[in-house]
Order: sequence, then structure tokens, then C-alpha cells
Amino acid sequence: MQTDSPFNRLETASAATVTIEIDGQPFTAREGDSVAAALLAAGAIPSRTTPVSASPRAPYCMMGVCFECLVEVDGLANVQGCMVQVSEGMRVRRQNGARALTQGDVHEAV
Amino acid sequence: MKLYDLVIVGAGPAGMAAATAAAEQGLTVAVLDEQAAPGGQIYRAISAPALRDEGILGPDYYHGRRLLAPFARAAVDYIPSASVWEITREREVRFSAGGQARTLRAGRILLATGAQERPVPFPGWQLPGVMSCGAAQIMLKTSGLTPPAPLVLAGSGPLLLLIALQLHRAGVDIAAVLDTTPRDNYLKAGRHVGGALRGWKVLVKGLGYLARLRASGVACLSQVSQLRAEAGEDGKLARVHFTHQGQPRTLSATSLLVHQGVVPNVQLSRAIGIDHRWDEQQLCWRPVTDSWGETNIPGIFVAGDGAGIGGAAAAEQAGRLASWQMARQLGCLDRQDRDRLATPVRRALAPVLAIRPFLDVLYQPAREFLTPSDDTLVCRCEEVTAGDVRRFARMGCTGPNQTKAFSRVGMGPCQGRMCGLTVAQIIADTRQSTPAEVGYYRIRSPIKPLTLRELANLGDTDQP
Repeated sequence: MQTDSPFNRLETASAATVTIEIDGQPFTAREGDSVAAALLAAGAIPSRTTPVSASPRAPYCMMGVCFECLVEVDGLANVQGCMVQVSEGMRVRRQNGARALTQGDVHEAV
Repeated sequence: MKLYDLVIVGAGPAGMAAATAAAEQGLTVAVLDEQAAPGGQIYRAISAPALRDEGILGPDYYHGRRLLAPFARAAVDYIPSASVWEITREREVRFSAGGQARTLRAGRILLATGAQERPVPFPGWQLPGVMSCGAAQIMLKTSGLTPPAPLVLAGSGPLLLLIALQLHRAGVDIAAVLDTTPRDNYLKAGRHVGGALRGWKVLVKGLGYLARLRASGVACLSQVSQLRAEAGEDGKLARVHFTHQGQPRTLSATSLLVHQGVVPNVQLSRAIGIDHRWDEQQLCWRPVTDSWGETNIPGIFVAGDGAGIGGAAAAEQAGRLASWQMARQLGCLDRQDRDRLATPVRRALAPVLAIRPFLDVLYQPAREFLTPSDDTLVCRCEEVTAGDVRRFARMGCTGPNQTKAFSRVGMGPCQGRMCGLTVAQIIADTRQSTPAEVGYYRIRSPIKPLTLRELANLGDTDQP
């Protein structure tokens, strides 16, 4: 996918990778990356815009505190990207402004 | 609902050591941890570090393996990727893992939820490109990722210098390290120099970081103030403005890493209703505990940085002390054996804690980060500025909860984690009061996001 000032990857102990989708574009992340780390490695920044003023934001704390890395993961919105690890075939979407209803909000009646 | 003798929240140094010690005494133990692997933030990803070159992070990080091995062997139900969103006074622990919410019952509970970095509000800190130093270190540990250059680091405290050194070793080109420690702090910290000498090993380590950075040719500027981040046309960080020795300066930057120390993560202890007190030296709230870590709510303990910042070495010892006391309360250990175990640990803890007053005072954040300028965003979620908070305090809001009702400050997804300390400090300052008097947000469960489906299905499953 298109990259813009991405984070740089040093030589890692394991070379295992997984392919995820960011806004529909394939990206090769490292196994063990959080979704937020993958967004930074992909240069997919800003990773969201705010519901209040649509201003651009990116992950800040990477440890579950700041909630700046909220993204849609496999149809579920408002997921803390730094708290979820990437997995093969995962679909990540950036959230712009106030979130809309997603497929994760709607369940079949059982 | 499954019943354990002990449920521990957090698998950092305090949680891992406590779980191991409690299992050794025959307690049935469950450990719930938010991360996918044990280690906490300090030993993050220690079971599978990302970096091939172990020289980059250095031996203090890999020390975590010495806690990990016995923890992995201990008879403990370890539940990773579990976010605890409620604990009741009746010691029921509710958490979500893998899209399922569950409840565990516990004879005793240990909160080992550690620290968070102190949020560093200044104009422009919300821009993409600005991150905390701890965030950059987590990326090194878990992913082997480094921030794009030009890179500036700014703030105060040993972790700032350590991370600068680690990034330098990783081959990152550092434009400058800006030290915002106020000159007055050195005088104030001088009163605690006795304790500093008892803990001299920590001091020597910190001075070593600075010496090695300087020797490597990294520009280290001291007494920096008026930090400000400015965006380029694309809305991302482009320039860092500051004052150095009275002169305004500007640096081009794609990445800015900031740090002003760490503070206890009190979200869970607050939500349970544990008593907290304002710590004048660490400038943060800490839960009130006895010398074993037990709080005012019987059977609920706190150990490690979550009980007040003491560092990783102190955290693991505090975890063990809490476990032995809980084992005694549950009849697995008599008083004599508890004290025989605890005495050498307390002796080892003394010099580690003796240096804290010196460090805490020396690295107190400058006023500009405690009570930032009017144009600084304080609540990043609801986009409330320091000026807004001052206005409501002048209108008569007496504390953070009233100000929240007026301005929405602290009402966003982070539930006040990023603005709570600043809002209390600004209100106290405006009203010529103290944070201890104006108080803190009322934190309520759920303290972590969960879906309505998880909530609705709670109780369907009781298997760990």
C-alpha cells in the first residue's frame, strides 16, 4: 500500500509475516505486531480523524491508555489497535469522524 | 463461576512474581493480563523479543527472563489478551477475552496493573508524529520498529535518556534530546541526597546514559522550555519549537517523542472504590495500602507501580510480599514462615526505594506540563483545552466531576486517563487549592470497552 514516512523495521529474531488489509490494500505485517504498530509500519497515518473536529490523529501511547488508535477491525468499530495483534487476512479500516454502524454492530437474531 | 484463592490482574514484574510465589504456597491462582504475552510494559514481549540484536535494549530488559521462566512453570491459570472491566467489593472479577465476557470469583485479588506514562500536554501534542517515549520503546520490544527521522526527544527523567540511547544504538539518527527538567529541581532534590547515595547504583546508571549519548555526538540540550509542536500542510508534525537558554529555537521533525515520568495506573483501583491519596513528591494519586499491599477493601491488594512508582525491581518484591500475606490470611502459611520469607525481601527493597524521593523531586515536570497554556488541548478525546477548564473553574466548578458536566472533559473513550491529572491540577491552580482537595474523576465500570453482546452473554460460560 502507499507509504508515507513509515516506521523502519530493524532486523528481527523471527521473519514470520502475516498479510492484512488496511483500507482494502494488502500490507505485510510481522507476526506479533499490534494493529497500531502495523498502521505505523505501513505509514497509514493519520490512523483516524476525530468525531469532534475531524482533526487527524495517530497512536500515542501504544499501551492501551490513550484510545487514539481506535480503528475498525474485521467489521468491529472502536477497537484499540494497540491491544490487538494482527492475524492473517485481518481487515483493518481507519475511522474518519464519528463512527458509522458497521457489520459488527448488527447480529442475526438467534 | 470458578473460584480461585487468588486472581491477579497484570502479568508484569509484580504480577509474575506474585503468581509464582502464591502457587509455591499452594494457592490456586489465575492471572488475567491485557497483553498477548507476559512481561508487562517493562518486560514487554520478553518471551519472544522482536529484535535480533540484544545489545539495543540492553541487559535490564532481558532480566525479565529470570521472572518469566519460573512463572511459566508455576501451576497458574494464565489468561492472556483478557481485559478486566469490573471488579466488585465481593471480589467478583469480570473480564472479556476473545469476544467472550466471563466472571471469576476470588478469595483474594491482587491488582498488579502497573504504571502509565504521565500524559505530557503542550501545544500540538495531539498531532500525528508526536508519541510518548514509552510507545517508541514498546515498538522496539514488540515489533523492532523505529520512528522515522528527523527525530526529536523531549522531556525529563531517566527513561527519556535510556530510550534515546536505545534508539541511537538501533541506528536512528537523533536530531536532539531536549531536557525540560527545571533548574530549581536540582536544588529541591538536594534535600534528598542522603537517600540518593544509598541508591547510588541507579544514579550512576542514569548519568551513564547521558555520558554515552553525549560521547556519541547526540545533541543534548538542557533547560529547555516552551515546547510546542507545529503541523505542516498535511496536518502532521513538521516542526518543534522551544526556548533554550533564553533563545527561541526551531527544529524540523517528523517524529517527536515526549516523556515526563510515569504514574500509577489507578483506573481499576478507583472504579472499585479503594481509598487514594495525593502524593506530593510523585505528583499523582496512589492507592492507600498497608505494608503488605492490602487496601481499605478487605482481600483486595495492590502491588508494584500501581501502588506508587518504585520501578521494576521493587515491583517484583512487592508482589511476593503481597502473596505471602495472602497465603497467611488463607491459612497456607503461618506468621513465622511469612516473616522468615519477608525479612530478606524487605531488606533488599530498602536501598531500591531510598532513592525515590530524590528522583521524584528531581524529575517533577515543569509547570508548563502540569498546568499547560490556555491553547493546549487537555482532553484529547472531547477536545477540551486548558483555557476551557480554567474558565469553568473560574465560573465556580469546584472539581473535575463538575467540570466534566460543564465541558465534557474526561467523557471520551479514554475515560479521563489522559486528562485527569491535568484537569485536577488546573482547577487546583485556578482556585488556589490543591489536587488533594479538588479530587479526581469518579471512575465507573466498565473501565474497558466491551460490546453489548459480550455483556448480554455474561454468565453463559463459567470455564476459564
